[in-house]
Amino acid sequence: MFEIFGIPSQALFGQLLLGLINGSFYALLSLGLAVIFGMLNIINFTHGAQYMMGAFVAYMLLQYLGLNYWAALVIVPILVGATGIAIERLFLKRLQKLDHLYGLILTFGLALIIEGLFRNYYGSSGQPYAMPESLRGGRNLGFMFLPNYRAWVIVFSLTVCLATWFAIERTRLGSYLRAATENPTLVRAFGINVPRMVTLTYGFGVGLAALAGVMAAPIYNVSPQMGSDLIIVVFAVVVIGGMGSIMGAIITGFVLGIVEGLTKVFFPEASSTVIFVIMVIVLLIRPAGMFGRSA
Amino acid sequence: MQSAAEAPVMPVRRETTPSVGVAFAAMVALLAAAPFVVYPIFLMKALCFALFACAFNLLIGYVGLVSFGHALYFGWASYLCAYAAKSWGMEPGLAVIVGTATAAVLGVIAGSIAIRRQGIYFAMITLALAQMMYFFALRAPLTSGEDGIQAVPRGRLFGVFDLTDDMTMYGVVLVVVLAAFVFIYRIINSPFGEVLKAIRENEQRAISLGYQTDRYKLVAFVLSAALAGLAGSLKALVFQLASLTDVHWTMSGEVVLMTLVGGLGTLFGPVVGAFLIIAMENYLAPFGQWVLVIQGAIFVVCVLVFRRGIVGELANRLRVAL
Repeated sequence: MFEIFGIPSQALFGQLLLGLINGSFYALLSLGLAVIFGMLNIINFTHGAQYMMGAFVAYMLLQYLGLNYWAALVIVPILVGATGIAIERLFLKRLQKLDHLYGLILTFGLALIIEGLFRNYYGSSGQPYAMPESLRGGRNLGFMFLPNYRAWVIVFSLTVCLATWFAIERTRLGSYLRAATENPTLVRAFGINVPRMVTLTYGFGVGLAALAGVMAAPIYNVSPQMGSDLIIVVFAVVVIGGMGSIMGAIITGFVLGIVEGLTKVFFPEASSTVIFVIMVIVLLIRPAGMFGRSA
Repeated sequence: MQSAAEAPVMPVRRETTPSVGVAFAAMVALLAAAPFVVYPIFLMKALCFALFACAFNLLIGYVGLVSFGHALYFGWASYLCAYAAKSWGMEPGLAVIVGTATAAVLGVIAGSIAIRRQGIYFAMITLALAQMMYFFALRAPLTSGEDGIQAVPRGRLFGVFDLTDDMTMYGVVLVVVLAAFVFIYRIINSPFGEVLKAIRENEQRAISLGYQTDRYKLVAFVLSAALAGLAGSLKALVFQLASLTDVHWTMSGEVVLMTLVGGLGTLFGPVVGAFLIIAMENYLAPFGQWVLVIQGAIFVVCVLVFRRGIVGELANRLRVAL
C-alpha cells in the first residue's frame, strides 16, 4: 500500500479501472454511432435504448431460458441486431432523401417507445444479473486488487473495437463500405448491393451497442433507463472525437473514460460533468473535434 | 442543411396574409373564453408550453437549427424566477425578468459554443450542454436538488394584481404569451427574419452575399433562449414550483414533439401542438409509462407520414399561410 498525490494507490487504481470500464462502453457505443453515421448519415438516438435492450435480453435469456452469460454474448447481439435491421428496413430507409433532423427525431421517438415498453414490464428499478461463475473473484497485483470480470470486459471490448477497425480499414469488405460512404451511386454501378450493405451496417452498429449492454449487465443493474443517460455522454464523446475516424472514436472513448475515472478521485463533484466540460474546451480550441476533418 | 431538396418541408411565403390575422383573432377569442369552460391551471400550463414551443420553433423552423437542449433555458429560468420570488421576495414581474435574463445569458454562452458546429453536431452539442447543466442543477444549493424550489409565492404584480387568484393569473399569462407571440411574428417578418430564412435555405449562399451568418444565428439563438426562459419563468409562478423535470432532457424532447405535431416553421403550429400534447398527457396520466410509448409513436408517425404537422397540413390544404 502506497500513496500517489496523497491518494491511496488502491483508490486511485480502483477508479482508474472503473474509468477504463466506462471507457470501453463509451468506445463501443461511439464506434457504433460512427459506423452508422458513416453509412446512413443518421445520428442513431436509439443507440442507448439498444444498449439497454442488450442488457435486458441477456437478463431475459438467463431468467426464462436459463441461457448463461457466454451464450448471451453470442445470441444477444444477433437478436438485437436483427431488430435493428427491421428498424432500418421499416423506417430509416424512408428518410434517406430527407434532412438529418428527421433521422434524429425518428430514432429519438423509437428510443422513447423502447424505454417506455421496458418500464411498463420491469418498472424503473434495476434487476440484478449474476456474474458468470468462471469470472468471479480476482487477483492481487500488489498495488491493487483486479476483479477478473472487469479485466475481461476491458480486454474483450478492446479486442472487439480493434477487430472492427481492422475489418473496416484493412479488408476488402471494409473498402467497399468506405467507398459506399464516399459515393454510393458509383459503388452501385459496380454491381454492389449498397442498400443491403446499409441495412447490415445499421444492424452491426446496433449489435455493438447490444454487446456493450451484455457486458454491462453484471456490473450495473439492468434497468430501463440505463441507456438514456449514457447516450448523452456518448454524444459528447462523439463531438469530442469527431465521427470521421473509427480509430478516433475508439481512442476518445477509452481516454475519456480514464479522465472521468481520475476526476472521481481528485475532484468527485465534477465527475458527472467533466466530459461535457472537455467537450466545451475542445469546441473552443478545435471546433472540428480531435480526429475530425471540418464538419 | 445541405441543399434545398433535402431541407425540411416548410412554407417559403411571407406570413403576412389576411389568414394570419383571422387565425390570430380566433386564437385570442378562444383563449379569452376558455377559462370559463376549462380548468384555468391546465390552460396556463398549456399556454406556457405554447410559448416554449414557439420559442423553439423560431430556431428550428426559421433558422433551421435543431436544438435538442431547450430545457436548459426553460428550466434554469424557472429556477431563477422561483428563487428570486421566494428567497429575495421579489415582485413577480421582476422575478420573471430575472428568469428571462438568466435564460438569455445562458443562451449567449451555449449558443456561441454550439454554433461552432453545424447540422447534426449542433443538436448533439446543445443536448450535451443541457445535460451538463442538469447535473449542475442536481448539485447546486440554489435549486434544492431533488425537492426543487417549492411554495413559490405568486405575489402581487406591480403591487396591484393579486396573482393568487387563478383568473387574474390566467389573464396575466395570456397577455404575456400573446405579446410574445406577436413579438415572434414581428421577428419572422422583419428584414432580420428574412436573413434567418435565407440561412435556413442555403447558408453558404447567405455567407457569399455578405451576411455574417454566425452573428445572425447567435442572435436568433439568444432570442429563442430568452423566450423559452420567459415561458419557464411563467410556469414557475403558475405552479409555484421549479423542479428537475424542467431541466431534464425529456423536457427538451417534449418541446420538439409539440412543435413537430403542430407544424415546423408555421406560426400557429407550436401553439396547437402544445395544447394537444399537454391535453394528451393530462388525459393519459393514469396510464403511467404508456405516455412515453405513445409520445414515441407520435414522433415516428409524424416523421414518416405527417412531416408538415397539423397546422402545416391545414395551411397546405387551404392554400393559405398560417
